[in-house]
Amino acid sequence: MNFELLLQLVINGLIIGTLYGVVGMCFVLIYKASQIVNFAQGEFLLIGAWVCWWILTQFHLPFYAGFLLTLLFMMVFGILLQVLVLRPMIGEPIISVIMVTIGLSIFFQAIMNWMFGVFVQPFPPIFETKSVDIFGLNVQPAYLMSLVISIIIMGGFAWFFKYSRMGLAMRATAFNQQVAQSLGISIKQVFAASWAISAMVSALAGVVVGMVNGVSSALSFFGIKVFPAVILGGLDSVIGAVVGGLIIGVLENVAEYVDGQWLNVGNLYTIAPFYVLVIILMIRPYGLFGTEEIERV
Amino acid sequence: MSEAAAKTEPAENAETAENLLTVNNIEVVYDEVILVLRGVSLDVPKGALVTLLGANGAGKSTTLKAISGLLKTEDGEVTRGDVIFKGNKINHLAPEAIVRRGIFQVMEGRRIVEDMTVIENLRLGAYTRKDKGVKDDMEMVFTYFPRLKERTGLAGYLSGGEQQMLAIGRALMARPVMMLLDEPSMGLSPLLVGEVFEIIRRLNRDLGITMLLVEQNARMALKAADYGYIMESGKIVLDGTAQELSDNEDVKEFYLGGGGEERKSFKNLKSYKRRKRWI
Ligand SMILES: Nc1ncnc2c1ncn2[C@@H]1O[C@H](COP(=O)(O)OP(=O)(O)OP(=O)(O)O)[C@@H](O)[C@H]1O
Ligand SMILES: [Mg+2]
Repeated sequence: MNFELLLQLVINGLIIGTLYGVVGMCFVLIYKASQIVNFAQGEFLLIGAWVCWWILTQFHLPFYAGFLLTLLFMMVFGILLQVLVLRPMIGEPIISVIMVTIGLSIFFQAIMNWMFGVFVQPFPPIFETKSVDIFGLNVQPAYLMSLVISIIIMGGFAWFFKYSRMGLAMRATAFNQQVAQSLGISIKQVFAASWAISAMVSALAGVVVGMVNGVSSALSFFGIKVFPAVILGGLDSVIGAVVGGLIIGVLENVAEYVDGQWLNVGNLYTIAPFYVLVIILMIRPYGLFGTEEIERV
Repeated sequence: MSEAAAKTEPAENAETAENLLTVNNIEVVYDEVILVLRGVSLDVPKGALVTLLGANGAGKSTTLKAISGLLKTEDGEVTRGDVIFKGNKINHLAPEAIVRRGIFQVMEGRRIVEDMTVIENLRLGAYTRKDKGVKDDMEMVFTYFPRLKERTGLAGYLSGGEQQMLAIGRALMARPVMMLLDEPSMGLSPLLVGEVFEIIRRLNRDLGITMLLVEQNARMALKAADYGYIMESGKIVLDGTAQELSDNEDVKEFYLGGGGEERKSFKNLKSYKRRKRWI
């Protein structure tokens, strides 16, 4: 057994897992606030990364400026998407709303392919790609940055839900829309805000991944990866999304190790999370942290 | 009509100036077909504590929701008549806009946010406010409900009485001009009912919050209130000062008698006279 490789893979898994966690939180945010399963979550990463890449390569702005512009764009994008496409769907059957988000996903992918092509484009480098040595392990600085940013975002989410006015309003809306309205909360504003925040933070994750792997349509694959993560965590639990993300991240990499060492199936990396998902859901249908009835996290 | 205008012509507009809220012959329909309120009118003078009594299903909660706008969240609609607050029509406004104007409904069954703490629930009550007084007001709520201060866990684990107190405290945080209370005594022990009613009275007297109180517990409500309306099958069938209602033989029989759950109808009785008619 090659323990060093295993350890390296587990660490990689945790790093990628925190990113899954971040995207998972974005997914849960929308689900909790408006009960919409957003199948276009992965495309938010894709759009964010492409827009940022485009601004940086087109206008040669400093990174932070391009990045802030991207966030601004995503905020407007998220709000418009909610107001123009999803608000009219309020009151429609859940399945129709799901079909709409699947449609959006396909639409955005096609548009991005059409506008930016199908080839991987590297981000203008902001780190020397030399890897740093931590406890004898090779870690790319971009990975390290990804980890730090993910943890900051998670902290930000925790603060947002606990202390901010809008965060409390979102939780109240998730608890009961009528109660929220009786307190003077505009649930339309809450819905729009949840899409805006979700789009912005997903874009951030997209840029981070883009910096590591380059930007390509593969980014939207995150949307699919995040599914097992959030379902595992329980669709409506923010903490569950993070834990689910970490589990899926580590699992993938361990599966790859097992696969490479012994099984040689070839693509266990992609499939393993779904196997585990099925098993866990058979034991805990509401996911690890999901709401059963009145018990809430 | 604006308040200022009302003040300049006190003689003519005495009634509108006094009445903070006027419900003018409203008809309410749910799901576009279910007619629930069939011409309800009532007045709530500024600073008053008015109670709305009636049997199950009479339409009391519906009346409150028509005022607070929450009807719209249940596919209900005011199809005729007006709700007038401070001289302005408010029936077309969204619930959040009505909260901002100063009407706050404490819904039936308390409806606190169970997965939040007491403090978070109170902060939610102040959602529409942007001033700096929120912290002080929280202390003020704790002076009325001292036991809430000790509860640090999730609000879902509070006792029924504590939840009701939290619901009223949360309403206070909005600094409302008027509170609509829907059955605050529901499910509380007699001792606690007394306590809650005492606090409601104090809020009305000390803070000058105008109250419209819906109750099944007619005895307690009439003790606390200045004026009362009695509702049956979507109509107001009787109204008068709390004293008049308490002395009324029919009210005694149907609402105050022996605590019996069985309630008959006013329909066959000719003994009452409506104080006021609309249409
Ligand atoms: N959302 C709704 N959709 C359809 N019908 C409704 C709705 N809410 C209430 N109703 C009906 O309207 C009538 C009046 O209901 P309402 O809740 O106003 O009565 P209430 O006087 O508050 O009764 P209770 O004392 O039991 O609370 C009832 O017949 C009820 O079934
Ligand atoms: Mg009721």
